[in-house]
Amino acid sequence: MRILVPVKHVPDLQSQRSFTDGSVTRTADDGTMNELDENAVEAALQLVEAAGEGEVIALTVGGPDADAAVRKALQLGATSAIHVSDVALAGSDVFGTASVIAAAVRKVHDESPLDLVITGMAALDGLTSMLPTALAAGLGWPQATLASELSVADGAVTVVQHHPDAHVTLSAPLPAVVSVTDELNKPRFPNFKLIMAARKAEIPVWTLADLGLDPASVGAGAARTTVLDASERPPRENRQIVTDKGEGGAALATFLIERGLA
Amino acid sequence: MTVAVLVEHRGDQVAAPTLEILTLARSLGTPVAVWLGGTPSADAVALLGRYGATEVRHGDAGDAGRLPEVAAALLEEASADAATVLMVSTFVNKETATRLALATGAGMVVDAAGAALVDGHIETDQTVFAATWNVRTRIETDKAIVGLRPNTTQAVEAGPSAHPALVEIAADLPATAVTVTAIEHVAQDEGVPLAEAPVVVSGGRGTNGDYTLIREFAELLGGAVGASRDATDEGWISHEHMVGQTGTTVTPALYVACGISGAVHHRGGMQASGTVVAINLDPDAPIFEISDFGVVGSLFDVIPQAIETIKAHRGQ
Ligand SMILES: Cc1cc2nc3c(=O)[nH]c(=O)nc-3n(C[C@H](O)[C@H](O)[C@H](O)COP(=O)(O)OP(=O)(O)OC[C@H]3O[C@@H](n4cnc5c(N)ncnc54)[C@H](O)[C@@H]3O)c2cc1C
Ligand SMILES: Nc1ncnc2c1ncn2[C@@H]1O[C@H](COP(=O)(O)O)[C@@H](O)[C@H]1O
Repeated sequence: MRILVPVKHVPDLQSQRSFTDGSVTRTADDGTMNELDENAVEAALQLVEAAGEGEVIALTVGGPDADAAVRKALQLGATSAIHVSDVALAGSDVFGTASVIAAAVRKVHDESPLDLVITGMAALDGLTSMLPTALAAGLGWPQATLASELSVADGAVTVVQHHPDAHVTLSAPLPAVVSVTDELNKPRFPNFKLIMAARKAEIPVWTLADLGLDPASVGAGAARTTVLDASERPPRENRQIVTDKGEGGAALATFLIERGLA
Repeated sequence: MTVAVLVEHRGDQVAAPTLEILTLARSLGTPVAVWLGGTPSADAVALLGRYGATEVRHGDAGDAGRLPEVAAALLEEASADAATVLMVSTFVNKETATRLALATGAGMVVDAAGAALVDGHIETDQTVFAATWNVRTRIETDKAIVGLRPNTTQAVEAGPSAHPALVEIAADLPATAVTVTAIEHVAQDEGVPLAEAPVVVSGGRGTNGDYTLIREFAELLGGAVGASRDATDEGWISHEHMVGQTGTTVTPALYVACGISGAVHHRGGMQASGTVVAINLDPDAPIFEISDFGVVGSLFDVIPQAIETIKAHRGQ
């Protein structure tokens, strides 16, 4: 079982997240691997463990600091990592990023065939959830996305999606692109040995030239959208917090009635 | 200029956000509605017409219509003449829209709170980072696809309109290696679905698994019942009720958080709500930072008294 997991470098959820010139500010200090990608790494590790053989390759596309994301994947148990980085990538939209990941997946797949690509269902910075579909389309591989249940048998992957109206089971032949929800599993904690090994791991850096991609096809120039303005939302004004000493419920009711909400 | 609106429906029932999006579509051009799965009834067609749809285009691919590449092929054919395609921003629609964007070269924004036509380009507003930032985006391409959050536009009827024409979509459906092998329908709660509800009352770990008061309060306020992930993980309430970044994103006029600490994942799914009210034992719970009104106290004391006071006010 050979599985590649694309992982995204995002600002830590607990940090002061912000924008610089229309792009998400990412620095080494407060950047980490997108939390949902822990579920993707976990899913890959479990499949390899169940198969009794195989490897998990973590891949990130991002600036120089993004290697923090693949190092996190190594801490969790990924076998190896790849970092795609190129100045021409700055400002890429999801379609640009997907074409780069697709090219990298093809390169890995050509060296030795992959069974699966497993992504998170969303990156919790922008929450677009577009990449898995764009990647499957770019590769021309079947997509079995939004997996809340996942199994592999007889050369096919089966996922169950939990939608508000129905649970839908999909089946696809390998190789396929799968995205996973946080319902699928509970990510493991890294152990000390893996943390130390991840710190020292040599991570190859691939450029667009290594992938045979035209720099003009990615980056801000090729993006189909432009951020015009980004501003922090003002905090709620006139916040009222009362302590219940026997009339908290009545105070709450009065607030709702006065606002015309009850 | 044609604006295609993908209709959200459960059986024959048109979901409320579709009417909001049709209202928005009228400010961008001439709306046509696209109905995937089944054939809309005369009532549904008339309703879409009252909100501005000049045509209702429908297509059905059976169970395969659940696959994004198949849904996108129908939608592509149905929106071939449209400069703008609008839909509700659900996880399923995001996938369909991505396939459509790849097939047509369209630029795309999801989770938008609004869209406007500015100098020939669609511009959108959305919130990011758990709704702590506002972002304005311009779609550079001629064709634009926008996923919109429910409850972000006030639905207004267009006034008396001609009955929209019903047109069947004839598309070549792509062969796909993926098969839908089972569909198990989930029993729906009575009342408005969570994502569309004007009021949401949510309970978290603080309920200790007892949702009686939460349900009663929600019913009194005409709202839907929500939950935190800890509550759904415990199996206290089904996953469909989970509010948050990986659950349902809600933007109701009123959000009431009971016994919920306000973790960033939860806030990201409700922070853009109109008025936020919280009940929590812990004065330092982060939920209070984003609440318009908060009660530091036990939900088991506060909710019954609030219900009683509101009922008395209403003269019941
Ligand atoms: C990748 C990822 C995605 C996630 N996505 C989501 C998501 O979409 N939605 C989501 O909700 N969570 C999500 N989570 C989980 C999230 O981080 C929190 O763990 C969760 O929201 C906490 O739920 P809670 O507030 O009910 O529980 P707690 O954090 O335990 O809070 C319970 C609160 O109840 C209060 N309380 C206790 N008793 C009472 C009482 N009698 N009356 C009043 N108050 C009382 C306590 O003071 C406390 O503040 C996600 C986590 C991860 C890692
Ligand atoms: N720059 C990136 N590098 C590697 N993987 C990514 C990148 N961006 C997104 N992904 C993957 O795509 C998933 C969904 O991201 P998104 O579509 O951006 O919400 C993430 O959980 C990652 O697995």
